[in-house]
Amino acid sequence: MAIEIDGKTFETDEEGYLVNLKDWVPAVADAMAKEDDLELTDEHWDIINFLREYYEEYQIAPAVRVLTKAVGKKMGKEKGNSKYLYALFPYGPGKQACRFAGLPKPTGCI
Amino acid sequence: MSEQIKNFLYLNRRAPYGTIYAWESLEVVLIGAAFDQKVSLAFLDDGVFQIVKGQDTSGVEMKNFSPTYSALGDYDVNQLYVEQESLEERGLTIDDLMHLTWEDEDEDWAEKDSIRVVSRAELASIIEQQDIVFSF
Repeated sequence: MAIEIDGKTFETDEEGYLVNLKDWVPAVADAMAKEDDLELTDEHWDIINFLREYYEEYQIAPAVRVLTKAVGKKMGKEKGNSKYLYALFPYGPGKQACRFAGLPKPTGCI
Repeated sequence: MSEQIKNFLYLNRRAPYGTIYAWESLEVVLIGAAFDQKVSLAFLDDGVFQIVKGQDTSGVEMKNFSPTYSALGDYDVNQLYVEQESLEERGLTIDDLMHLTWEDEDEDWAEKDSIRVVSRAELASIIEQQDIVFSF
């Protein structure tokens, strides 16, 4: 599978995750969101950028439980809960947000 | 039947690179941590090299996954035993290891050490107390 943006092709795996993490540009997230009928807001980007920073530091995509806790610590309890995160990413904050962020499927996601 | 929390111990005995065991163990630990069991890790023999600081894998063209050990605290895995004798036999001390910590949510995110250096005899008794032991 692949995504096309302005004539450039981004290869994805069978679940839609980007194959080469280094290829990622913000337009990838926008294109993936559009396919999922989502419009990315600043609130989405806060989480996507947070995930990219987490990956940069720890070399893994966090499980949703870990993400929720970490978001709560960094951005406050009103954002660090599954209701808020699922409202932003209806297909699951772990899976969907990591996919938009160009990361692999979260470790601990089964 | 009631749900029972079991004590899981993962023994890490091999060097981090050259085989896939160390990385596989870490992935199994992270996946297993989702099941709310009591998980601890032990590093012995060449396994102590897995958590040595300043790892650089550019020469062997493998992913340096050592930063991932720092995520264990986020996964509520905060009991890391390191065997004293294994360190000494390799000329290492605790100062050669990464400073791995976890944050206690109940104490306003106070940072606490995850690593505990134990003697071979102590480790044997820790192993004895486990319900399930995985050896990698």
